[in-house]
Amino acid sequence: MEQKKTRGDKGSALVIGAGIAGMQSALLLAEMGTKVFLLEQGPAIGGYFPLLDKTFPTNSCGVCFMSPTPPAFCPIYECHLHDNIELLPNSEVMKVEGGGGDFNVSVIRKPRFVDPKRCNLCEACIKVCPVEVEREFGGGLEKRKAIYLPFPQAIPHSLVIDPKTCTRCGECVKVCSPGAIDLDMKEEEEKIEVGAILLGFGFEPFQARRKGEYGFGRYENVLTSIQFERLLSTSSPTQGLPVRVSDGKKMEKIAFIQCVGSRDPSCGQDHCSTICCMYATKQAMIAKERSPGLGVTFFYMDIRPMGKDYERYYERAKKEYGIEYIRSAISSIKELQQTKNLLITYVKEDGTFEEREFDAVVLSLGFTPPQTIKDLAQRMGVQVNQQGFCQTDEFNPSKTSVNGIFVGGAFRGPRDIPETVVEGSSAAASAASFLIPHRLPQPLKEYPIEGALGEEIPKIGVFLCHCGEELKKTLSLFEIILETKLLSEVVHVEEVGLACLPEDLDLIKKRIGEQGLNRIVIAGCSHREIRGAMEEMAKGMGFNPYLIEYANIREQCAFVHLDYPRLATEKAMALIRMAVERAKRSQPIRKGKQKIDKKGLVVGGGLAGMTASLQLAAQGYEVYLIEKEKELGGNLKESFYTLKGSNPQDLLNKLIKQVESNGSVHLYSGAEVLGFEKKNGHYRTKIRHQNEEKSLDHGALILATGGKEITPKGYLYGEDSRVITQRQLEKMAHLNDERLKDVHSVVMIQCVGSRDEEHPYCSRICCSHAVKNALKLKEKDPRINIYVLYRDVRTYGFYETYYHEARGKGVIFIRYDLENKPKVSLQGGSLQVSLLDPAMNSPVTLSADRVVLSAGIEPNDHRELARIFDVDFNSDGFFMEANPKSAPLDSVDRGKFFCGLCHSPNFIEDAISQGNAAAARAGSLLSKEAVEEKAYLAYVIKRLCCGCGLCVTVCPYGARVLNEEEGKAEVIGSLCQGCGSCVIACRNAASQQRNFEKDLNLAALDAVID
Amino acid sequence: MAEFEPRIVAFLCHWCTYTGADLAGTTRQQYPPNIRIIHLMCSGAVDSIYVLKALIDGADGVLIGGCHPGDCHYQTGNFKARRRVAILKGILQQMGFTENRVWLKWISASEGKLFADTVTKMVEELKKMGPNPMKQLWNA
Repeated sequence: MEQKKTRGDKGSALVIGAGIAGMQSALLLAEMGTKVFLLEQGPAIGGYFPLLDKTFPTNSCGVCFMSPTPPAFCPIYECHLHDNIELLPNSEVMKVEGGGGDFNVSVIRKPRFVDPKRCNLCEACIKVCPVEVEREFGGGLEKRKAIYLPFPQAIPHSLVIDPKTCTRCGECVKVCSPGAIDLDMKEEEEKIEVGAILLGFGFEPFQARRKGEYGFGRYENVLTSIQFERLLSTSSPTQGLPVRVSDGKKMEKIAFIQCVGSRDPSCGQDHCSTICCMYATKQAMIAKERSPGLGVTFFYMDIRPMGKDYERYYERAKKEYGIEYIRSAISSIKELQQTKNLLITYVKEDGTFEEREFDAVVLSLGFTPPQTIKDLAQRMGVQVNQQGFCQTDEFNPSKTSVNGIFVGGAFRGPRDIPETVVEGSSAAASAASFLIPHRLPQPLKEYPIEGALGEEIPKIGVFLCHCGEELKKTLSLFEIILETKLLSEVVHVEEVGLACLPEDLDLIKKRIGEQGLNRIVIAGCSHREIRGAMEEMAKGMGFNPYLIEYANIREQCAFVHLDYPRLATEKAMALIRMAVERAKRSQPIRKGKQKIDKKGLVVGGGLAGMTASLQLAAQGYEVYLIEKEKELGGNLKESFYTLKGSNPQDLLNKLIKQVESNGSVHLYSGAEVLGFEKKNGHYRTKIRHQNEEKSLDHGALILATGGKEITPKGYLYGEDSRVITQRQLEKMAHLNDERLKDVHSVVMIQCVGSRDEEHPYCSRICCSHAVKNALKLKEKDPRINIYVLYRDVRTYGFYETYYHEARGKGVIFIRYDLENKPKVSLQGGSLQVSLLDPAMNSPVTLSADRVVLSAGIEPNDHRELARIFDVDFNSDGFFMEANPKSAPLDSVDRGKFFCGLCHSPNFIEDAISQGNAAAARAGSLLSKEAVEEKAYLAYVIKRLCCGCGLCVTVCPYGARVLNEEEGKAEVIGSLCQGCGSCVIACRNAASQQRNFEKDLNLAALDAVID
Repeated sequence: MAEFEPRIVAFLCHWCTYTGADLAGTTRQQYPPNIRIIHLMCSGAVDSIYVLKALIDGADGVLIGGCHPGDCHYQTGNFKARRRVAILKGILQQMGFTENRVWLKWISASEGKLFADTVTKMVEELKKMGPNPMKQLWNA
């Protein structure tokens, strides 16, 4: 085994697991200027998400919004591109020595047997490989060879050999023309020194075979949800159509069985896996879109769409898509001999049995902690909970039991993508503030000053890269070279072998010098592949990288027209002509920089707001905290105990003390926001504080304006003092209120002001809130009778265990429908609750000493604040994020973030995660001395501008303003993202985009159309 | 006479469809070589002029590719493209383009196969439609 020397330093971080949480942590830390090692045990990074074609509740992908600097590519690719991130795929952590702030990590780099730098994905090796095995990606729905590409977008983008199945026959080595395969590659051990470690382990699907009664593995048309997800991907063997892989029969009726490996203590899975209801509903919707006649039936216990906008999604699935949901328990599944259809026998809520036949059955798998990391967690000393997920303190959700090791995402318990993104960010925030004292100044890369171009006539050099002979299989490079030499302004044409390798880059560099080239055209692979290497080379020699144009004759010609060499060559020529035309007109771009005001402003001094403020301060920034009330605390003041047994009042007092004593947090309580202005690179907020107007300049804005308990309507609330809310009950229970003395019977009513017409969303926390209070009352007096009237019990994640406990302690749960809401009435001075019990199908009357209403949560009325800060809110009044999936806390405008109840109803620990995460997002912006502008900015030819303001209206980023004095439009460089909307909107062609000018695009068009 | 080979000009957005076309390449999805791709930052940055000029200069079809609704990297660029194409179709009708020669398609970065299929289908459809009627004017 080879041993390399130690790399890294105390200021760098190691992220283990490159799934969504890991990538999010890595990207944020890297943006903050921290060196990040991103380690992944598999051959490619990305975790589960490359499997997902579409995500809920948007039914789109949108994962690209995850990057801290939008617009961006898919995070997999962004991690690959980032200067501060070093990928360690195919690696495992062997040993962790030292402690927080100074870890020494031994890493084993497993061999991939294929050199990613040399592999050009010609796939000749795949054709000759004799070994065929189940492909892991997609749950074994397809086959792969022993040498394979994990998935089409895999990064590192090269094939890999699976040593477990490879027979070492050597056939692949013989056919590999670039000589990329080396079957004798050895494991390497590396030592890495880091200050902090972040765990982004994620989760694993439950082994469907463990629930043998569902027939997975025996019945060919019983699929796991992982397989069905893969089936619905447009790149699947069925092209995304719901067709049986076994016999090619179109599915007409399918069934989803929920909670397979969830809420099931019999197989050691007593937790709720949180996301299965939603992902299964999404799969059902997509399947129905692809095959409109498809009948979909769900067999479920409770449906739990408790995230932001999830309830609406579920309602749409029922009403618009006609998906059937049957509350039931599965009794048996049998395969029918002839048709291979499946016969499901189930028990309905009222105890009657029914049978139904389906073409296929999908098992909605729950999630377990990854089995492979159990030992690793132990070796690191990280405590895990009973279920095997990471144990964290409720009020420090991103900290593990080991100082300096942080966690986010599904290793804390199954969670959806938005929560994972939030927690990945939160872990990054904790790690960033932890690393502050150890942080070493990052050596800045310095480049020579770029030469001036002036009015020089273009001298274009065209370099044709044949990608290790690969392009020559289709294209006639000889002809292309001859023809390219005839193009005007082209002074040099040369063939190169692999332009991405240093040898050829040096050659290009040499030619630029020798021939005095001032424009370059690279004809070869896509600019996405080669741009990084080319720009680095150009910057290194003082050549403006925007003077390089790319003709994509690999992905767009050679690889896709294998059967038409003649036409492909012609097409390649057209693309080169276009690139040369563009090169003639392209201008050097020097990216401007906007200095950043390194201060944050937080509006709202509740839990989320205080957390965000303290986190920003811990990262080393000044923070203004604006609170409209005299006192800090918000809703936290009304919370006295949590389900997991912590004391929120201790947290409140601690936070207030910290805020008040922190020199970097400037608190303005009893203050009012008057106005908000956007300047170049900073914001200015005007407030009134103690009858004095103040202007505060800052670079980032965090809105944490909170929410409140909905005031219940009906149920005699406000008329009879014995009808109270859960919150009031919590306070009484906490204070041992006299009024609870003679209470023997309590009826709790769920979904009061939730999931109805007025509030068509689930408030997420009320089910657990009821369970919490029920357990508290039972603890005080075990003989007390408690009835919980519910619609669906949504004690997701580990809260499920408390629901289980409550039922065990005799709390009675009775379901009701929205159509038959319980009625509260007075009978001879005592309270009575009547409802229809669906299990007995008969009316039930309960007498109650107290009726407790589980009132939902609504946001505070912040319409005025939304107007002032120019942010949007959704139809429920919660602030609207840039992307509900992957940028859950960001506003569309750069530098504005949300957290806490003003974003969505959430628990205390979620609010802490959100506060930390918002601070991380803000921190990634503030950490820079200046924001670098995007390259392809819009600009205004003032002479042509009539000041009509159309460009101001269409700009999605608020980057366009009208200069009132001049009557001309202007571009705020730091805000412009270069989409080109304003260029098209402008009727005078006064708006243009750098190197995408209209005449440039038209010239390109002329060149290809011939 | 040789079979009519339509000429397609495609304007593809940087983030989704162009990347999807790249994926079609790296996964060796085969499609006919009748298409020329022009790279723009966003489908919302496709000016009607580009489309009209392409058709006037003799392209038989124009493909505009953008991110799926909700996935636009510039928030709403693809919706702008959708509106623009809707209006453009009315104008094209008046110009005598009675067939559907301008296609607007949402193709994501992971849909290489969809890109290849779209091009294949478009070439088939354009073959049925025959050459761009503008070309006849040149010979008049």
